[in-house]
Amino acid sequence: MALTGLEIYKHLPKTNCRDCGVPTCLAFAMKLAQKQATLDQCPHATDEAKAALEGAAQPPIKLISIGADEKKVELGNETVLFRHEETFHHPTGIAVMVDASMAEAELLDRVRKIGEMAFERVGQNIAVNLIALRGEGAALAEAAAKITQNSPLPLILISEDAGALEKALEKCGAKKPLIYAATEQNVEQLAPLAKKFSCPLAIKAEGLEALAALSEKAQSLGAADLVLDSGAREPVEVLAHQTSIRRAALRKKFRAFGFPTICLATGKDASEEALLASQFIAKYAGIVVLDKAELWSLLPVLTARQNIYTDPQKPIQIAEGLYQIGTPDENSPVLVTTNFSLTYFTVEGDVEASKVSSWVVVVNTEGTSVLTAWASDKFNAEIIAENIKKAGVDEKAKHRKIIIPGYVAVLSGKLEELSGWKIMVGPRESSGIPSYLRNEWQAAA
Amino acid sequence: MVFEVPVEKWASAVNTVTLGATAAEGGTRASTVTVGGSTTLPFLHFEGEIPNRPVIAMEVLDMEPQSWPETLSAPFDGVLNDPAAWAKKCVEEYGAEMICLRLLSAHPDSLNTGPEEAAAAVKKVLGAVGVPLIIWGCGQADKDNEIMPRASEAAAGENCLLGSAEQDNYKTITAACLADGHKLITAAPIDINIQKQVNILVTEMGLDAGRIVMFQATGGLGYGMEYAYSIMERTRLAALGGDKMLSMPLLAVVGPEAWKAKEAKTLEADAPQWGAEKERGVLWEAMTATCFLHGGTDILVMWHPKAVEMVRTTIDGLMKK
Repeated sequence: MALTGLEIYKHLPKTNCRDCGVPTCLAFAMKLAQKQATLDQCPHATDEAKAALEGAAQPPIKLISIGADEKKVELGNETVLFRHEETFHHPTGIAVMVDASMAEAELLDRVRKIGEMAFERVGQNIAVNLIALRGEGAALAEAAAKITQNSPLPLILISEDAGALEKALEKCGAKKPLIYAATEQNVEQLAPLAKKFSCPLAIKAEGLEALAALSEKAQSLGAADLVLDSGAREPVEVLAHQTSIRRAALRKKFRAFGFPTICLATGKDASEEALLASQFIAKYAGIVVLDKAELWSLLPVLTARQNIYTDPQKPIQIAEGLYQIGTPDENSPVLVTTNFSLTYFTVEGDVEASKVSSWVVVVNTEGTSVLTAWASDKFNAEIIAENIKKAGVDEKAKHRKIIIPGYVAVLSGKLEELSGWKIMVGPRESSGIPSYLRNEWQAAA
Repeated sequence: MVFEVPVEKWASAVNTVTLGATAAEGGTRASTVTVGGSTTLPFLHFEGEIPNRPVIAMEVLDMEPQSWPETLSAPFDGVLNDPAAWAKKCVEEYGAEMICLRLLSAHPDSLNTGPEEAAAAVKKVLGAVGVPLIIWGCGQADKDNEIMPRASEAAAGENCLLGSAEQDNYKTITAACLADGHKLITAAPIDINIQKQVNILVTEMGLDAGRIVMFQATGGLGYGMEYAYSIMERTRLAALGGDKMLSMPLLAVVGPEAWKAKEAKTLEADAPQWGAEKERGVLWEAMTATCFLHGGTDILVMWHPKAVEMVRTTIDGLMKK
């Protein structure tokens, strides 16, 4: 969290010497806060002031990346406790577990299936991001090598065996896997290993106090990029720890907890694990590891992540143009709506429910709903007329009647004039569409 | 290294609301339900009191549902055309703590039934089950103003939760609620300012703020869940901050919203990339509900008994101290 001008001012010499070129120390502090100046322009700043201000300039939760190429996963750098305060920035990494003891064919089949856990929703690709590999001894390195040859997804290497981890890192350290996990018992072996291979290191302790101590120790041993596991496994305890860690990092600038977290969703079946995962996603988890993942359980998990990590200031939009619902023909109704994803999907759902196949012209209103778009002049007669033309709907429907949302009934006259289409005023709320298409439309058609 | 758990000092609490009246309280309910009362954010037991767990109301329609997928209708085989039998099954077999009776048949685009039918449906369901009731209109304002006073009267003294009062249509239902001793759902479309306004309007009619439960519209998973989730969080923060006109417990309508999603109802045969529909649909509903638990919802209105069971288990876990 950035410091305010007044907070910075406290650390300056307060002599108003003008050596920095600014009339007063307070004015210089304001410039620093706005990032229009840098502290080295003040020749009198003490080392103490430099340390304090540099510390404050670091993000409260460090950005950590796992993996080396385009599939790398970036975590952390979060700034708020509630998404409505700003947004959550780096979506929770979703990992699925495999076991190094699996036979090769089984292992590779599982790895292939994990790669297929990818879906397209509202124009975005949502997918599993990481493979968590658990194992001991030589099997860990062998499996790690096989997986990196067969999948682009970054790895989490899970073992309590420092020797096995080192061998695995020799095989795949260049791919920057996450090492899981250093504990009080083995941190002296694992932290230097993380440093040697420049890999991020997960640290695991029993409880928050032990975790804070372990974090300091791992950092002092040279592990710079950490991922935190407080050891909590009961959901209510996970929630308490996740909340405490996030609050401490953001509100208290508690450096030991200034890293993303990792949570294990371990349940009796895939449904239970998915529900755990959704809770951890909502409540600050940097990474969630699932054991029993299926297509049907990952689709909702990845959708929940997509929802929670949607920027509240940037609504999801769909592409403008002509959409078909069902199997419309030249006699089917034509509706017009905006490109705010929720508006469109509500209309789509209600048209489907009507069982009347339809054409829908989607106008780019920069992701705003009908009323908002109309109020901000992004959904006026000119724009709609142009979109009707651009969408090429005159080649699809011969009746030349178009249904507009009831809330913009006022546009009818001008739109009819500009487009040459007969305007029908539809219902105000999308929920009225089924009845409208079955009654008014059928009567007019 | 000393780590101090960061605890927020909240100024206030969510209102406590009890639904249902037993014989001793002038009704006929065998059980009552109490929600609200939290002095902290959802399930943060280290920070405050959470005296009451969130409850699940199972929804019953007063007419046979149209085009429900097989996964959803199968658990209610044989009772979907009889709200009393449907409600009984929800309570006795599926452990519903409340029943939400939705008087859908009154909608002009549906069967356009009248106040007599509405009152009869309420009486039948009251007679069939002993749990508290939510009684909700069809959603069409004029029609609801016709049927809800009679539906309310049919349940007089039972301390039901009536839905819903809205910014431009609140007087009739609030009057009915006052006359028959019920509690009221105030509704606003994902808008905290309108929500507050409706609460002010109904309290100005003489309804105590302690008799209100808020409903701020719900988006199913993948279809606006995050909007509802954030509105819930903002409302809970306002309540804890001491805003008395936003301190009422929250309700979320999960079943109908979750099962609108194509991801919930499309068959595996039509979308093999999404996997088995049976588990997928149930999970879609359960996950929508689970996210809202963390947003701060107090009453979840749900459909599928298996999703209900999964969410109940989740609540059990989150209420462990």
